[in-house]
Amino acid sequence: MIKSKHHIIAIASGKGGTGKTFVATNLFHALKETGENVMLIDCDAEAPNALAFFDSRQADCIEVTQQVPVIDSAKCTFCGKCHEYCAYNAIFILPSLEIIKVIEDLCHACGACLVACKYDAITQKSVTLGQVSLNSINENVNLIEARTKIGVMTPVLVIKAAIRQIDHRNNIVILDSPPGTSCPFIHTVAAADYVVLVTEPTPFGLSDLKRSVETLKQMNKPFGVIVNRAGIGNNEVYDYLESEGIELLLEIPFDKEIARICSNGGMVVNHNPALKHQLLKLEQKITDKHGIGHHQR
Amino acid sequence: MELAIISGKGGTGKSSIAAAFATMGSNVILADCDVDAANLYLLFNPPHDEEEVFTGSYKAVVDQENCTLCRQCIDYCRFDAIAMVNNQINISEASCDGCFLCSRICPEQAIEMIQHDKSRMYTGSFRDGRMVYGWLAPGEENSGKLVNLIREKVKKLAQQNGLSHIIIDGPPGTGCPVISTITGTDKVLIVTEPGISGLSDLKRTVELVQGFKYPAMVLINKYDLNPEMTSRIEVFCDTVWIPVVGKLAFDPQMTEAMLNCKSIVEWKPKSETSKALNRIWKTILNF
Ligand code: SF4
Ligand code: SF4
Repeated sequence: MIKSKHHIIAIASGKGGTGKTFVATNLFHALKETGENVMLIDCDAEAPNALAFFDSRQADCIEVTQQVPVIDSAKCTFCGKCHEYCAYNAIFILPSLEIIKVIEDLCHACGACLVACKYDAITQKSVTLGQVSLNSINENVNLIEARTKIGVMTPVLVIKAAIRQIDHRNNIVILDSPPGTSCPFIHTVAAADYVVLVTEPTPFGLSDLKRSVETLKQMNKPFGVIVNRAGIGNNEVYDYLESEGIELLLEIPFDKEIARICSNGGMVVNHNPALKHQLLKLEQKITDKHGIGHHQR
Repeated sequence: MELAIISGKGGTGKSSIAAAFATMGSNVILADCDVDAANLYLLFNPPHDEEEVFTGSYKAVVDQENCTLCRQCIDYCRFDAIAMVNNQINISEASCDGCFLCSRICPEQAIEMIQHDKSRMYTGSFRDGRMVYGWLAPGEENSGKLVNLIREKVKKLAQQNGLSHIIIDGPPGTGCPVISTITGTDKVLIVTEPGISGLSDLKRTVELVQGFKYPAMVLINKYDLNPEMTSRIEVFCDTVWIPVVGKLAFDPQMTEAMLNCKSIVEWKPKSETSKALNRIWKTILNF
């Protein structure tokens, strides 16, 4: 059997604040310490902060842009065709006053208006959606961050651009996924071979977990669950996992010390060898079970 | 007054704080605009008085019978949603942005646009008042549009019922749904936690609200978990001229209250946290 070129694990959760970044950064750090070729991509482009946990050097930065229309009102005949084609109401037109405008905040850059216009009145320009920064801790690029410009409608294109940077020399790639179950989440986990959902044992945690599980089942993605801050809530999460036959990968007890180390930007695995061991074992288990075969071409 | 409660990221205690404000008996109507992970209703369990279908985005679907495999749609689609798979045109639902372009240019008219209708908006009553919340079907876009709908609904209900304060529990992030949440509100409360991540999320959120010139305030939750980071956050708020309206200590009773489907002021009205929240609410009202 050939070992897969690289194995992609997404660390995700229905909502933010459950400890997703904590798991992703510590797993990354622990693996790196063992000498593994591992890469971490922060796909939480609207609130990226994995980078803050490491001493890294920026090697490169890629602008992510999209093409939005520019309308030349001198050439425009105010026929209204582009307005009709625009599914997002991004073209404002007042024919009687000969006013036409693109509302860039609403534009999805689909290009429909360009196809609609028969008078060559529409051209395009690039607008920035965000950046993908490539960073290295030692010499290789192993830390990638997707970061949207504030106010950009959806982070999906920036996330996709970050995932495209996966370096095939890495054996393991960890994706720190954005919260929620909408498009940014879906586009991130779609790139993964296996998804680790991080939750906490509270009603809020459970409700978000259920949504993520439903979504992953629809996508046919293998996944398991880490219960973080175990001990703060009740048993409902465990009951749910059992009744659904979902694998409980790991329990991390609630611990003020962990919270303190994280909040200072530290690596918990440096102080907690037991957790380090558990995370490494977890990764091994996932790779053994799901890592082979997926990326054979 | 319309108050939007936001935070760069989920999990900072936004919903528990919104719930506390809503149960202080002060004439409040609640809107849960965190449509991707609506949670407030778990505390209040409101019966649904009304359920409205929210029709979100459209998705393109190919009629294989009429498709002649001309591939024009593949060239036009800018979202890489269309590909040739096993000698068939295949449109990925997750990638399709619903722009209609493929259906318009298809020479055989073999592409149909189908509107999604799995998302919902609910209106309900709970013990202290009324609330509106949205539920966005997984993978559905257009959360900003649903947020706008909830806000319109809540305004109407507030008027009809003579409720003077609207509290909005907002979505995470710095994108379209958050902008829809804060646009036109009177006040914005940013909830943050002391930490490296908390501070970086806060900076992005502040940049967002200041871009819109909103009167914003900051509440630091669990401030005692890292006093040093708390002071860094306070210094930051000072430099950007945003007042810190209060700090809450880490309090396991917050979680306890949630487990019992109560807000902290209902569960432990005499606790330090409840008292602090009462003070903070008054400060916000007078802000
Ligand atoms: S590119 Fe698409 S979204 Fe933008 S204005 Fe043209 S039709 Fe509308
Ligand atoms: S509707 Fe637009 S986004 Fe969807 S497949 Fe057609 S061209 Fe692509």
